[in-house]
Amino acid sequence: MGSGFSLFPEQASTIASRVDNLFLFIVAVTAFFAVLVSVLVIWFAAKYHTEDPLAVGESIHGSIPLELAWSIIPFLISIVIFAWAADVYFDLQRPPDQALEIYATAKRWMWKFQHLDGQNEINELHVPAGRPVKVTFTSEDVLHSMFFPSFRVKADAIPGRYSTVWFTATKLGEYHLFCAEYCGTKHSGMIGKVVVMEPAEYQAWLAGGLGAGSLSQRGEQLFSDLACNTCHRSDDSGRGPSLVNKFGAPQELANGTSVAVNEAYIRESILTPQAKLVAGYQPLMPTFQGLLSEESVMALVEYVKSLRTTSGGEPRSAAEPGVTPPATPQKK
Amino acid sequence: MASTPLTYLNHQHSVASWLLTKDHKRIGLMYLAVVTLAFFLGGLFATVIRLELATPAGDLLSNDDYNKMFTMHGVAMVFFVLIPAVPAILGNFVLPLMLGAKDVAFPKLNLLSWYIFVIGFLFTVYAMVTGGVDTGWTFYTPYSSRASNSNVMMTGLGVFITGFSSILTGLNFMVTIHRMRAPGLTWFRLPLFVWAVYATSLVQILGTPVIAITVLALAIERFFRFGIFDAALGGDPVLFQHMFWFYSHPAVYIMILPPMGAISEVIACFSRKTIFGYSFVAFSSLAIAIFGFLVWAHHMFVSGISVYSALVFSFLTYAVAIPSAVKTFNWTATMYKGAIWLKAPMIWAIAFLALFLIGGLTGLITAALGVDVHIHDTYFVVAHFHFIMVGGAVMGFFAGLHFWWPKITGRMYSEIWAKVAAIIVLAGFNLTFGPQFILGYLGMPRRYHVYPDEFQVLNVLSSAGASILAVGYLLVGIYLTVSLFKGERAGANPWHATGLEWTTQSPPLPHNFEVQPIVTHDAYEYASREITVD
Repeated sequence: MGSGFSLFPEQASTIASRVDNLFLFIVAVTAFFAVLVSVLVIWFAAKYHTEDPLAVGESIHGSIPLELAWSIIPFLISIVIFAWAADVYFDLQRPPDQALEIYATAKRWMWKFQHLDGQNEINELHVPAGRPVKVTFTSEDVLHSMFFPSFRVKADAIPGRYSTVWFTATKLGEYHLFCAEYCGTKHSGMIGKVVVMEPAEYQAWLAGGLGAGSLSQRGEQLFSDLACNTCHRSDDSGRGPSLVNKFGAPQELANGTSVAVNEAYIRESILTPQAKLVAGYQPLMPTFQGLLSEESVMALVEYVKSLRTTSGGEPRSAAEPGVTPPATPQKK
Repeated sequence: MASTPLTYLNHQHSVASWLLTKDHKRIGLMYLAVVTLAFFLGGLFATVIRLELATPAGDLLSNDDYNKMFTMHGVAMVFFVLIPAVPAILGNFVLPLMLGAKDVAFPKLNLLSWYIFVIGFLFTVYAMVTGGVDTGWTFYTPYSSRASNSNVMMTGLGVFITGFSSILTGLNFMVTIHRMRAPGLTWFRLPLFVWAVYATSLVQILGTPVIAITVLALAIERFFRFGIFDAALGGDPVLFQHMFWFYSHPAVYIMILPPMGAISEVIACFSRKTIFGYSFVAFSSLAIAIFGFLVWAHHMFVSGISVYSALVFSFLTYAVAIPSAVKTFNWTATMYKGAIWLKAPMIWAIAFLALFLIGGLTGLITAALGVDVHIHDTYFVVAHFHFIMVGGAVMGFFAGLHFWWPKITGRMYSEIWAKVAAIIVLAGFNLTFGPQFILGYLGMPRRYHVYPDEFQVLNVLSSAGASILAVGYLLVGIYLTVSLFKGERAGANPWHATGLEWTTQSPPLPHNFEVQPIVTHDAYEYASREITVD
């Protein structure tokens, strides 16, 4: 978190240099055209300058080749910029499968982060360097926007929806977290910091702050407190579908379409169960809209994600060397 | 000629003769009065904002008051200055003159439009003085529909009402251009300002109803808790953004197209040449108006729209940039081998070119998906749109105002002060908004009352620039006012310009022309005609 004066932001994530290279390329291209036109205008104004109000210019009406040239050349350059920028955008929007998952809720005027191991933090986010981190978040009231300038990532927090940002931090240190979408009185006070740590230090930090069990354990507790488990059993004997191994797979719906089971779909199915009913089941489930906090919904989502038979090679448990599977609560 | 010839200004004097006038010229001046007031208000809010931001701490205003300041700055400037400035002031004044017509097609409707505009303005001013509004000029839901305790609906009502003025003016101008052209004034002999106003009218008529619907939907949700945009009521907050930008992006073209038209007039006149590539400049206005409706979601690349729709909107945004580039190249080429007479309007036009160039080109940066994620909702965007809306639209308005001022008032302003003011505004503007590009890329979010210390140097530079800018604008107000009393008499055609508006006396007759003009030439036939001195 630089305290000194600077003209260019720190690059603290893997994507930052890619965004900056693209930015500097567009700046260079546009500066070329700005200088070209400015020089021509000043040159013409000086060269053809006259004090005689009766002087007239040459009779030139236009030129089709020139018109085509200055339409087509800028268009082609635009296409290059567009395609390059789209490529970067795709990477910004697509978190890798092995990302460390963190949940967050925004509300006026604070950010609350929940780690899978159960630690909560407010307006601070601790992450390990060198590992992709995916933050899934929503808002409990109005629009907010999660913005890490040093990582060059941002996404709006939208009530009723899940958004994500992901990044791989590359440099140890503390960096700004800003709310970038206007949210009322203390909008400019809705700031915090992200602390990038050595992976080992991060593990130690995680171990130091253990709360009341992991996020999925909290979800499991809620799952039985709310009596979800009377209908959603581990086999298909309940009145509702079994939730084991559902996450990440396509799900056939009663209306004949199908849906990818992701965090957003699980959230929707808890809050408005009738919206996308699973094929073969009756619309019996009550709505939990207004009865659960977003944090509780996230705990339930994480619990449902953790319901998997350990034998099959699911993508989330296919750990790379040195990367801990994020769905597994034990990380030490 | 009598010492005081009959003009539209002196043929009647009573207050009623102004308030009940159906004369497009007087109505144009009445818009000028209201817009000047709104510009002063908006400028005052901007001054307070820049004062507050000179230090990182929030030491001048409370959080809520700061939020109201930037909201009311935006509302006053967008809805009551930028949107009406060129079409309603200069358009009203010169359009019928350019067409060789006695008035617009529907003079009574024109007067009604002014009253609707004033009523909308009064509602908005009432909302401001009775507590203000703090939603940002974008009124994003669910903040505006649920959380804000300020005068959201009173302001919304003002915007809603004012919209009808814009729709009716667009309609009036479009019919006027179709039906009231002088004999011989074919479409391709029209001055390019007329093409620009035509394209603008199209946007006003088709776009403005959508903002009315949006404000109405917001009111229904706020009053009756009817879930349209609020997720807690079953609505979709992002839907509001789609609807809002479906109007408010094209609205940028309502602001910038008519100034572009004015710039075409000024550059052709002071280069003593026909405009380079007339039909390309004319059709680029229409292309901008039409494609301008298809790019709204480029304001929403981080608002949770799908990756694929973001791709489409980014691509179309690059497409709409091309007609603007075409115009710029054609203006530059017009100066080639001209006989360039560097009078004040031309200096303002060149200043427009410099700022519009930066505004337009930084649009290519904000349209780039991967970069926009970082700069969205930062000062980079603030700087970009001020370069377009102030650097472009307001500079273009001033270029046009300086060009037609002798026609409007019959007086010349101080040439030297006009040039000095143009240079002060140009310098002040760049110093105000240049540092904001850097601030934005560094990550300073917009609408921040309090900010981290490391951003202070650039903010101080920006505030210093704003004070220079304020001096420049005040200067314009002073020498133009002085010219009304002490200015040299202008004569019918002080710039030796083509165009029918210069064939009648200055100020014009109450009904514009003594005899119906007949047009036998293209616009801007400077090179082939004998310039006469009157």
